[in-house]
Amino acid sequence: MPHHLSNPEASQHELMAFMAGDQEFCVDIMAIREIRGWSSATPLPKTPGYMKGVINLRGTILPILDLSARIGLGMCDPSGRNVIMVVQIGNRSVGLLVGAVSEIIMVNTMDIQPAPEVALEDMRGLITGIIPVGQRLLSLLDVNLLLPETEVEAA
Amino acid sequence: MTKKILTVDDSRTMRDMLKHALCDAGYEVVQAEDGVEGLEALEREGADVVITDINMPRLDGFGLIEGIRANPVYRGLPILVLTTESSGEKKVRAKEAGATGWIIKPFDPIKLIDVVRRVSG
Amino acid sequence: MSADDPFEAIKQTFFLECEELLTDLETNVTALTFGDGDGEAINAAFRAVHSIKGGAGAFGLEELVRFAHVFETFMDELRSGRKPCDDQAVRAMLHASDVLADHISFARGLIPAMDEERSNTVINDLRELIHGGSVSTTPDNDPDPTDPSLEAFDFKPVMFDFGALPLDSKTETAADGWIIEFKPHFRLYETGNEPSLLLRELARLGPTSVTIDTSELPVLSNLPEAGSYLKWVVELQAPLDRHAITEIFEFVDSECDLNLTPIGGLTSGLAGVQETSSVPVDTVDIAALLAAVSEDGAKPVPAGAAPALAEQADSLVPSVAVSNDTPKTVTAPAGGAKQVAATQASIRVDLDRIDKLINVVGELVIQQAMLAQSVTECGLTVDSSVKLGLDDLELLSREIQDSVMAIRAQPVKSVFQRMPRLVREVAEMTGKSVRLVTEGEGTEVDKTVVDRLAEPITHMIRNAIDHGLEDAQGRMEAGKSKEGTIKLAALHRSGHIVIEVSDDGRGINRERVRKIAVERGLIAHDANLTNEETDNLIFLPGFSTADAVSDISGRGVGMDVVRRSIQQLGGRISIASQPGKGSVFTMSLPLTLAVQDGMVVRSGGQTLLAPLTAVIESFTPKVGDLHRIGSGDWVIRFRDRFLPLINIARILGFEEADKSEVDDIQGIAIVVENEAGSQAALWVDTIQGQRQVVIKSLESNYRKVVGISAATILGDGRVALILDVDALIALGRQQANHVNFKLAS
Repeated sequence: MPHHLSNPEASQHELMAFMAGDQEFCVDIMAIREIRGWSSATPLPKTPGYMKGVINLRGTILPILDLSARIGLGMCDPSGRNVIMVVQIGNRSVGLLVGAVSEIIMVNTMDIQPAPEVALEDMRGLITGIIPVGQRLLSLLDVNLLLPETEVEAA
Repeated sequence: MTKKILTVDDSRTMRDMLKHALCDAGYEVVQAEDGVEGLEALEREGADVVITDINMPRLDGFGLIEGIRANPVYRGLPILVLTTESSGEKKVRAKEAGATGWIIKPFDPIKLIDVVRRVSG
Repeated sequence: MSADDPFEAIKQTFFLECEELLTDLETNVTALTFGDGDGEAINAAFRAVHSIKGGAGAFGLEELVRFAHVFETFMDELRSGRKPCDDQAVRAMLHASDVLADHISFARGLIPAMDEERSNTVINDLRELIHGGSVSTTPDNDPDPTDPSLEAFDFKPVMFDFGALPLDSKTETAADGWIIEFKPHFRLYETGNEPSLLLRELARLGPTSVTIDTSELPVLSNLPEAGSYLKWVVELQAPLDRHAITEIFEFVDSECDLNLTPIGGLTSGLAGVQETSSVPVDTVDIAALLAAVSEDGAKPVPAGAAPALAEQADSLVPSVAVSNDTPKTVTAPAGGAKQVAATQASIRVDLDRIDKLINVVGELVIQQAMLAQSVTECGLTVDSSVKLGLDDLELLSREIQDSVMAIRAQPVKSVFQRMPRLVREVAEMTGKSVRLVTEGEGTEVDKTVVDRLAEPITHMIRNAIDHGLEDAQGRMEAGKSKEGTIKLAALHRSGHIVIEVSDDGRGINRERVRKIAVERGLIAHDANLTNEETDNLIFLPGFSTADAVSDISGRGVGMDVVRRSIQQLGGRISIASQPGKGSVFTMSLPLTLAVQDGMVVRSGGQTLLAPLTAVIESFTPKVGDLHRIGSGDWVIRFRDRFLPLINIARILGFEEADKSEVDDIQGIAIVVENEAGSQAALWVDTIQGQRQVVIKSLESNYRKVVGISAATILGDGRVALILDVDALIALGRQQANHVNFKLAS
């Protein structure tokens, strides 16, 4: 069970909504450490295509993932409106390159529907639920699953 | 007013344990690592009670107690010695030096506080 | 285990302290070994074990307490001079130190099991020495110092004096309460005890009525300087056990007269004893105790003080009472103390705090550099005040950085001090006679480096004793002294710390090394190697195997692992050997793991760093230096040899491989060497200079990346990657390097 749903008491969730590719996603706001503008990354050799490289975040080396590429929606060509969402995954900090951040939404646990099994292969397992908001549909992303290779490495 | 306890012990573990127990009970704690530092700390900061180990480098517990008692200002200052000795020899020597009482190591924090309260009011 | 649990945190402190105490113990016992220990050595050794015992008791580590107690008792015999501190005693202490260390490791969970047999053997040896060999060897005979019943020891001899009474008759409960007559001696006041506090404690036990007897009090005009003249009679109305009352007077029972009389008779145990007889019981109690515990007895008690007048007399008594009773100088120790403190002043600081500081200072330096670059880009003149101010700032931040780094510097002593035990153990196991000589143990290096030195040094010493030194017979035949010598030395050399482990043994058997290397396919059977190259073959992965590495030196680990662990620290290791004379292992390590000297290069549009420790030379090749072997690999001529050429941009994927046929590459070759001594040339576009950089881990937020050892942040705030030369050489071997090179004309 994803950590943001683990507390049955807290039926309200605060989620950050943003664009990646041409779709809308959201993540638990508690996972987000900060949001900063795009600055070009130093590429890392021999890494998957969605790894943009690393940047200097106040003295620490922060890996940057192209979220759109990570979930199979195509590479992002970063421009001024793109932002880096710094999220905490376990004890690591990772930057997610996303399109513009749109808003913070409050949802009830009841509003979160299970993810249908139609998602792209790259996306499978990363989306833990979908949330209809008016005419829009937001996919709830579990950031903990974005770096599978780090877990393998750590094991 | 918060009572100030000077603890003198060359073992960091023991200092930490004393500090933890005493601070929990609301005492203020000043630490020293041997008898010489103990005398200095007492001169510098004063104390309502002194708790000291016996075996220490430079100046041992007996020397510290004698040093404290030699100063008229500290005539009535309660001084407790920490001892693991189950025989009375160390206690008697400490008494001769001028110790008020003793605490047997390892100590139960509750008992420690009880003894401190007993000698300091 | 929670870090928030204060008890657990203190326990961890205890184990850390144990490490220091064991080192102290080892140092002092070693000093005794060489006969240069004075009285202070045995005292310090005693204190170390005593402190371990004290802490262990607090955490209920009973086995550790039991062992430490016997060890401590033995050393107490030595320091009191009751037993001679001879060879036998020192040997016993050395063994006991080793076992004590094991007990601690076991309590800490660092080793899975305790060698009980060895521990008991050592305990028995110590006991025999303590008791002159005339005592039972059952470990359980020793009183357990943690046994709380022993705290009541004071009262026991007295009870035995009344041998007619059964032991449990100690419970004397009065039916209606007690009359307590309490007359303090002057000594009671001198020891900082206070009658009013004792009376208050009594009042906690039940309802009391107190009368004060002032009949002995002289008239004020005749009042002597100091004395005790008051007596209290307390009627305590509570059916209490006698012990509940005597406990309150525990600290002062030799400093007062105390009579207890039960009211309404005793209810248990002592039915046959007359009420009045209990009065002398206590009188005897105190006297007997004094006699029992002190040979010279307590000082004759002064006539008594005047506590009731304490308020008035306070201002009067101290000045006189003390001046004649204790004219000892308090100033002397205090004055001496300041002097000593001035030379030894130090504080303990959590390593985390220093690391935090180092990180912040690292960032400060980077920020400063970024700022300086921005200012330069603004086009300000060199003599503008902003620029001048920035120059000063740069100097200051560098100075702060150096100072902070120096905080972490520690002498290698702590590691060296662990080695005598190792040498003893390995010497015993191999049956060889070995002397360890250490040099330069005050040499300082970063704490993180110190911590990681122990393992490679341990391996090298094991190896030196096991493989390097001949046995006694072999040494005699070679015309050497029976005792082999291992020398462990540390020194600073050009920004590095160099650790040398040398032996005066047989040296490397080059023929055998060569044979093994050929057998294992590490070198061609006709390879032409210098002596030095042959010696260094032992570091090759796959050289040492189970049958080549004995149980002692290897423990399943070959020299290649030692080499790799040193490489990971950014250092190198080599061996020099003279057949029949001995070998010297030399390892060279950076003084800190936090910074590295690097050559800044550009390749494939990226800025990268090549670690300077691996760089041999860089040069711009001339026509004819580059050759292609077959259809793929390029080699480059360097000092009459041909080295594989590794194009960094290609091998790291910064350039598309299909560009390779374009014949337009210009560049510079950097000759590098891996720890195994293999050389290769890295092909880069340009070299931008050398600089020292702060190493930043990629793994803390991501993971290991092939070909890259770490990252750093350059002056412009951008991340640059640090090349992993060993991995690149290995990659170069695996991958065909289909690139065309064009030489600068």
